Amino acid sequence: MNKKKVCGNPKIWKDPPGAAMYCPGCQHPVIDRIISEVLEEMDIDGKAICVVGVGCHAFVQISWNLDVLSSAHGRALDSGTAIKRLNPDAIVFTVQGDGDCIGIGAGAFIGAMIRGEKITTIMFNNTNYGTTGGQLAPTTLLGQKTATTPHGRDAALEGYPVHTAELAATFKGTAYSARGSVHTPADYQRTKRYIKTAFQKQIDGVGFSFVEVLSACPPNWHLSPVKCLKRIGEDIVSEFPLGEFKNEDSTERLSKSK
Amino acid sequence: MAEKMFVQGNEAVGWGALYCGCDGFFGYPITPQNEVTQWFAHEFPKRGKVFLQSQSEVGSINMLFGGAAAGFRVMTSTSGPGWGLMQETISHLVAAELPCVIVLVQRGGPGAGSIRHAQMDYITATRGGGQGGYKNIVLAPGSVQEVHDLIQLGFHLADKYRNPLVILTDGILGQVSESVEVKTIDFGPLDKKPWALRGRERQEDGKSRIVNSAVGVLPLPPYPNYISWLKHIEEKYREMEGSELRYEIYQAEGADLILVAYGYTSRVSKEAVNMARAEGHKVGMIRPITLWPFPYSVIREKAMLGCKFLVVEDSLGLLIDDVKIGVEGRADVHLVGILDRHIPTDGGMIMPGRVFEEIKRLL
Repeated sequence: MNKKKVCGNPKIWKDPPGAAMYCPGCQHPVIDRIISEVLEEMDIDGKAICVVGVGCHAFVQISWNLDVLSSAHGRALDSGTAIKRLNPDAIVFTVQGDGDCIGIGAGAFIGAMIRGEKITTIMFNNTNYGTTGGQLAPTTLLGQKTATTPHGRDAALEGYPVHTAELAATFKGTAYSARGSVHTPADYQRTKRYIKTAFQKQIDGVGFSFVEVLSACPPNWHLSPVKCLKRIGEDIVSEFPLGEFKNEDSTERLSKSK
Repeated sequence: MAEKMFVQGNEAVGWGALYCGCDGFFGYPITPQNEVTQWFAHEFPKRGKVFLQSQSEVGSINMLFGGAAAGFRVMTSTSGPGWGLMQETISHLVAAELPCVIVLVQRGGPGAGSIRHAQMDYITATRGGGQGGYKNIVLAPGSVQEVHDLIQLGFHLADKYRNPLVILTDGILGQVSESVEVKTIDFGPLDKKPWALRGRERQEDGKSRIVNSAVGVLPLPPYPNYISWLKHIEEKYREMEGSELRYEIYQAEGADLILVAYGYTSRVSKEAVNMARAEGHKVGMIRPITLWPFPYSVIREKAMLGCKFLVVEDSLGLLIDDVKIGVEGRADVHLVGILDRHIPTDGGMIMPGRVFEEIKRLL
């Protein structure tokens, strides 16, 4: 009988893949897989340099057969900026959590967008600080119980969830901004398209590109993996709508207001 | 090829960096180092090198983290509050073993303090001001020529040991102009940074690299665990202490009193030594050029001969602690400090006459 391999690990995943470090039902490795597929399909993995921040997302550094810099918490875009400026031929991208990117790293994130760095950022949004035990994040939904909001997030005390992809779209230096999810196969494919487009913007040199991806965190949400997917599809998507918020094909916008 | 120029101490930072192959400068405006940043803004882009003004000093130092990890010679310059902001990532640079040069043009503290000269960051520069306890080689130039020369030595030593390195100057040395011979100084060969991130297909062995400052969380070869890596770091520090000590001894033979100073106050002290020698007093000076590693053994040797010590530093007394460690209780150690300035404002200075007065009082 002829057997043909129709599915397997991405080639840039090391054996054994670091996905083993993630909790059951965590979607971070699913997003890592999308990034891997995109890098392979675009044939840019050989010249890619990834910068990760601090958080669960950063464990991917040991699964990838890519050059990876593990930066200080929140500073991936500062470090990535220097790499891209000094080595413009490299494909430079950051993988960051929501706390890393828009919490402690908000200054670096906004700085990179003001300058219009030719970098791609993939932000994993699981609405809490997963690594440290599920504390309040800037993305935590109103009413969501976390380790530091035991009675649920209260807008009067902790403010409102931040809409990072919409914020990114407001910067002139940003060429592309989208929010995807991986809670259904269709969303997996859409998110893959977003991430591919984001890398294409970097290759075309049209500006900063950003994709936020919603990611389940079963232990800290205190839900089963299947119930997590339901929560994403209902509660989280209604707070964080999916889709593209900006898609610029040229650098013309940058020279308009002199 | 050497070129003679009449330049400021802050500009000499740039010329030194240019002539030793610095690839990129990342900085944020802060007084009194602004001429450094502006020099790079004018001179680097037209030579195809990178200059970037960051959004904060936290940004600058993390840009160094990236640039150094990618194998480039990168540097920044700052003062007072900016230096404070950089501490966390200097610690990360040490842990990730990333070479770079940080120029600290000292101003008055604490807090926003003053925007003019002082020597008040000695402890954070020499002890590792960030988390975790670490060491950087600290080079302290005493002239504009030495600013130019030590920047080049600084890049060499940073690369040699894979460690960040601090050049400690001050507002006076930054502003003063002197004649400088600008040239490339050869310190010998270095490796090609086989650990640097270039993208897998550009690596000679075709294998990917990881650069990480959390060795205790994700151990990286060749260190199987946290303690074996700490042992390696400790051995590196011992090697620096053994090989990189630098100092100048001035008129110290047979002296009864030894002045100890670095930076602008070493120039003041040299003048005071000359005034004292002209009147027949046996006074000399030890000028540490490396503040870490510190020349404890040289200080101790003089203390054992019965010398007294007078530390001249524009602070409330920081370098004096290292001199006290050096003498091991064998000699009296006195201070002419920031309270002895000629006028009680941020523009006041420690003058040679005041130091000479103290010399006469102590002898």
